[in-house]
Amino acid sequence: MNIVVCVKQTFDTEAKIVLDGSGNIDGSAVKLVINPYDEYAIEEALKLKEKFGGDVTLVSMGGERAPEALKTGFAMGADRGVLVTDPALEDPDEWACAEVLAKAISQIPYDIILTGRVAIDDGSGQVAVRMADALGVPSVSCIVELSVEDGKAVARREIDGGTELVEVCLPAVLTAQKGLNIPRLPSMAGIMKAKNKELKKLSLADVGIDASGFSRKMSVPKLSLPNPRKGGKTVPGEPAEAAKELARLLREEAKAI
Amino acid sequence: MDFGLTEEQTMVQEMAKSFAEQEIAPYVEEDEENHYYRREILTKMGELGLLGWSIPEEYGGNGMGWLEGVTALYEIAKVHTSWRLSISGNCWGPALTINQWGTEEQKQKFIPDLVSGKAVGSFAMTEANTGSDVGSMKTFAADKGDHFVMNGSKMWISGGHASDTGLVYAVTKEGGGPKGLSCFIVDYNNTPGVEKIPITKKVGMWTAPTSELVFENAVIPKENLLGELNKGFQICMWMLNNTRMGCATGAAALSAACLEGSVNYANERTQFGQQIGKFQMIQQQIAEMKMEDEAAKQLVYRAAWLKENKMPSQQETSLAKLFACNAAVHAANVAMKIYGSYGYSTEYPCGRWLRDAKQFETLEGTSNIHMGIIAGIELGYQPNR
Repeated sequence: MNIVVCVKQTFDTEAKIVLDGSGNIDGSAVKLVINPYDEYAIEEALKLKEKFGGDVTLVSMGGERAPEALKTGFAMGADRGVLVTDPALEDPDEWACAEVLAKAISQIPYDIILTGRVAIDDGSGQVAVRMADALGVPSVSCIVELSVEDGKAVARREIDGGTELVEVCLPAVLTAQKGLNIPRLPSMAGIMKAKNKELKKLSLADVGIDASGFSRKMSVPKLSLPNPRKGGKTVPGEPAEAAKELARLLREEAKAI
Repeated sequence: MDFGLTEEQTMVQEMAKSFAEQEIAPYVEEDEENHYYRREILTKMGELGLLGWSIPEEYGGNGMGWLEGVTALYEIAKVHTSWRLSISGNCWGPALTINQWGTEEQKQKFIPDLVSGKAVGSFAMTEANTGSDVGSMKTFAADKGDHFVMNGSKMWISGGHASDTGLVYAVTKEGGGPKGLSCFIVDYNNTPGVEKIPITKKVGMWTAPTSELVFENAVIPKENLLGELNKGFQICMWMLNNTRMGCATGAAALSAACLEGSVNYANERTQFGQQIGKFQMIQQQIAEMKMEDEAAKQLVYRAAWLKENKMPSQQETSLAKLFACNAAVHAANVAMKIYGSYGYSTEYPCGRWLRDAKQFETLEGTSNIHMGIIAGIELGYQPNR
């Protein structure tokens, strides 16, 4: 079984976000990790490989530091990686990512494509679905359970207030939700093998895209940080009186009730 | 000169940190309270290759060496000091020593189970009346032709009553002393005449087994003699130079845990209308902890680097062990003060840090012994090995 996993390198979940002088996110000193939802996808891919054989190819986009994320995936057990890296891909939007990933994946054999349901940095959750559309294959989002047989995948996905069981013909794109599995830790043997695995770097031209006419369709005019948390307030007085005053403040000042 | 970690070493560090957070941290409080040794943690360590440092891959080693081993142990010990013992107890103690001094048969028979975590390892020198003066041990192994018969008892043995395979040092020549000791590999599951008695009344290290081992006419097959007869003292000193890295690294990691906890607490706790970290006296405590913590870590890495490059490292190992031990005891003491009354509560980790820190002043060479090694080499009384 040829399994493809789309992986995005994101900020560590504990990273402190700061903006630089020109209002852009300053990621220079930030620790980068594999998007945690993509880790669920890698784990599920490795489980499929253990069951059906075949191999797992990681596909990613990014710059100089992106290979780190792929190597972590290699250490977990993925077999090879494809990284699309190009100066024209400095700051791609969701449309661009979906186009590029679809073109890169269309060059390799695939029976199933897995990825995280959302990247924890921009949180748009669009890329996988648009990529499936570009590839002309069905997609199932937010899966928490997966079984594959006879060219079909049966996935349980989260919906509002419950779950839904979906059957889909392969190839298809499935996106992983928390709860699908517990990603394995790379073993020392896995870490040792990671450096010898093939990491193919492709430019836009290599995936058949003309870089000159390629630009994002969406622009982000401004980024802003959330308002800093204000200190708490103590309501003094006897408990019954204080509670009354607290209720008044919550209603009139905070407008929370 | 390069003070950075390689890409692989960074991956090892991250993996060990995640391992400690996922597999050890959730059980710390429960296991401390019950003095419980959670055997399956060792199994998982073995499966992930965390017990195979500097061991050839043909015997199950992980293909990595001292710098990676120290990096991994540090992350584990930072979360729970007790679990640092398993790396020395399985890998740097018995497995590495058998790899250095053993026959091909011994290596094939014993190393794979120690590095895979199938077996719990241990090593035993200390006796009730034999601590720093290793040469004074009384446990005797009598040569009976095709086997030895061992009589005597060992005290304070880490991993002892859980141990499947261990090294035991015993007298093999009348009169004993450094020239009359030998090293034996004991297969505890197939050796009648050994009684393992848990030592339960300990100040710290509550989730790591510590034991007395009593040998009463225990039959040790001839093929389990490690190295040459009466060369045990030399083997023992070689082994201690390795296992002491476990102490040094564990102590440095404990110091780091105390520092990290104290910094977080000083940034959260307010008194007199401001964070207590704003007070100069707290700042002095934090600065001293940081200085010692950083120095301890550098000494640990320097000793590990010498070992990796097969250079003499005995003095540097003692420097690292003694300094890191002092840093850990100091940091644990200060942490308890910074945490105030909460520090004195067993709901907070300060008590465990302080109890666990005190082990390092005694274990695998008291602070006085290490002082003696450092000075002896410096004064030219003995070579740096």
